[in-house]
Amino acid sequence: MIRTTGVTKRFGPVEAVSSVSFELDPGGSLALWGSNGAGKTTLIRCLLGVVSFKGQASIGGVDVRRRGRHARALVGYVPQELAFHDDARLGSSMMFFARLRGVGRARAAESLDAVGLSGHERKRVRDLSGGMKQRLALAVALLSEPPLIILDEPTSNLDASGRGEVVATLQRLRQAGKTLLFASHRPDEVISLASRVLVLERGAVIRDTTPAQLWPTEKPVQVVRLYLTMASESAAADVLREAGHAVHLNGHGLCVAVPRDRKAEPIAALARRQIEVRDIEILDDIKTPEAGR
Amino acid sequence: MSTIAAPASAVVPTRPATPKPLSCVARFAGREFRDALASKWFLLYTVAFTVLAVGVSFLSLSGVGSHGFAGFGRTAAGLLNLVMLVVPLMALTAGAGSIAGERERGTLLYLLAQPVSRTQVLLGKHLGLSAALVCSLCIGFGVSAGVLAWRAGGVGVGAFAMLVAFTSLLAVSMLSVGVLISVVSRRTAISTGLALFVWLTLVFVSDLGLMASSVVFKLRVQELFGLASLNPLQAFKMAVIVNMNASLDVLGPAGAYASQTLGGSLPWILASSLVAWTLVPLGTAVLLFEKRGSV
Repeated sequence: MIRTTGVTKRFGPVEAVSSVSFELDPGGSLALWGSNGAGKTTLIRCLLGVVSFKGQASIGGVDVRRRGRHARALVGYVPQELAFHDDARLGSSMMFFARLRGVGRARAAESLDAVGLSGHERKRVRDLSGGMKQRLALAVALLSEPPLIILDEPTSNLDASGRGEVVATLQRLRQAGKTLLFASHRPDEVISLASRVLVLERGAVIRDTTPAQLWPTEKPVQVVRLYLTMASESAAADVLREAGHAVHLNGHGLCVAVPRDRKAEPIAALARRQIEVRDIEILDDIKTPEAGR
Repeated sequence: MSTIAAPASAVVPTRPATPKPLSCVARFAGREFRDALASKWFLLYTVAFTVLAVGVSFLSLSGVGSHGFAGFGRTAAGLLNLVMLVVPLMALTAGAGSIAGERERGTLLYLLAQPVSRTQVLLGKHLGLSAALVCSLCIGFGVSAGVLAWRAGGVGVGAFAMLVAFTSLLAVSMLSVGVLISVVSRRTAISTGLALFVWLTLVFVSDLGLMASSVVFKLRVQELFGLASLNPLQAFKMAVIVNMNASLDVLGPAGAYASQTLGGSLPWILASSLVAWTLVPLGTAVLLFEKRGSV
């Protein structure tokens, strides 16, 4: 479905994406994982063909650089934050994108229904909740039933309830055989949705792995996010790895996979080394796709 | 290189059709037109232009006892000066906000992520804004024509239609310049600032520059006319005066030269200047927008 070879994007002297090569078969699900500035969003923009880049990328065999319009017809894109005009009404916005993708009113209604937004057509975009906005973006992405859905941190601005709705919809899409490529900074999402993870650092792929390898889930575990001072994050990660925890730094705190009955253990390990934990967030229960079936 | 295997439930990808290019342009134009009609700037410009046009019409006709075509001629002359001042401002600022505004709101990336090309987005926006501007002008001119019909007892329909047509052409050409400014600006504030600078240059500075050049470089009359025709505002002014069957002698030696040497082809030459001011900036904007490596 996706094939990239040596995709490189520079912004002046900075190499935002550095020779990224990977393939994703139809029906696969790939997560892009990395800290802020690792190159996830830029890589997605390269795949969409909305920025220039070196190297080769194709979607469904269509060259993204040469035939971007045709390649994008195979993609439904969900941005981090819905980018609609605030004054526009949900129904008219939906119809605009439906016509742009050459589908009719009936399909637009179906798409809205699929994400649970039927009956909200008269609402203005500014009056929608964060979760509803993301579901609207998902409805637009599904309009022409594209085989590939690309999502850029689709739940980063949502509360737990909104996140759950979006993840559940994506799980249904995955089960229906859609190909997913998404950037995320939430381990629970990656574990729930992805079959593979590309770990990016400074624009380059440093690890091509699976969620299970990144966060072992043989035992019932939860991911705990620890917020520390920037200066102590790296040292804290080393301490926790020494203590046998699966740790990942992603620019939004330190994510640690821990057994559900020992969530305080990482904090205690850090306290012993005089590393202060400023805040803690316990992420949603990890449900693997297999568990969900 | 890594390969991610498909799950057993994977479906063979279907291929949604890519929409036709002209249909995409029409969709963007329609949306831009509707957005413009619903926007505050459109309302403000339409009301301002209508009030000024009606005011000019009343002032031109009041107390002079002009009737029929003589009254129209006086009003048209007043409207001509109003148009030269207001319409480029309307069109330049509207164009300046087009792409830069979408970029600043973050909506441009989302639009470009759809199965459309940059050219289609740009042409659609230009077309929609052009239609909105022409609508705005028609409202102003329409009310003004009503005043003329009521107070002066008649309107020179052909000449008035030409005034509206040339004003629309001027608006579309200035819109193209505004869109070009918008493409090269990252922020709306910069884009609007540049548009205002261009407006000031065209309305005030270029006339002074032309006068100064003619004195300093001792320009010949044909060179003076050529340079004046390059300014879209001067081209518009001369075209409207010619179409009112008035003599270009009122514009001095350059006007007299043009009347005598170019004769019947003069309106076409002046219209060509305005068409060039539409196509060249728009074409440049399309090229730059297509070549731009970022959103």
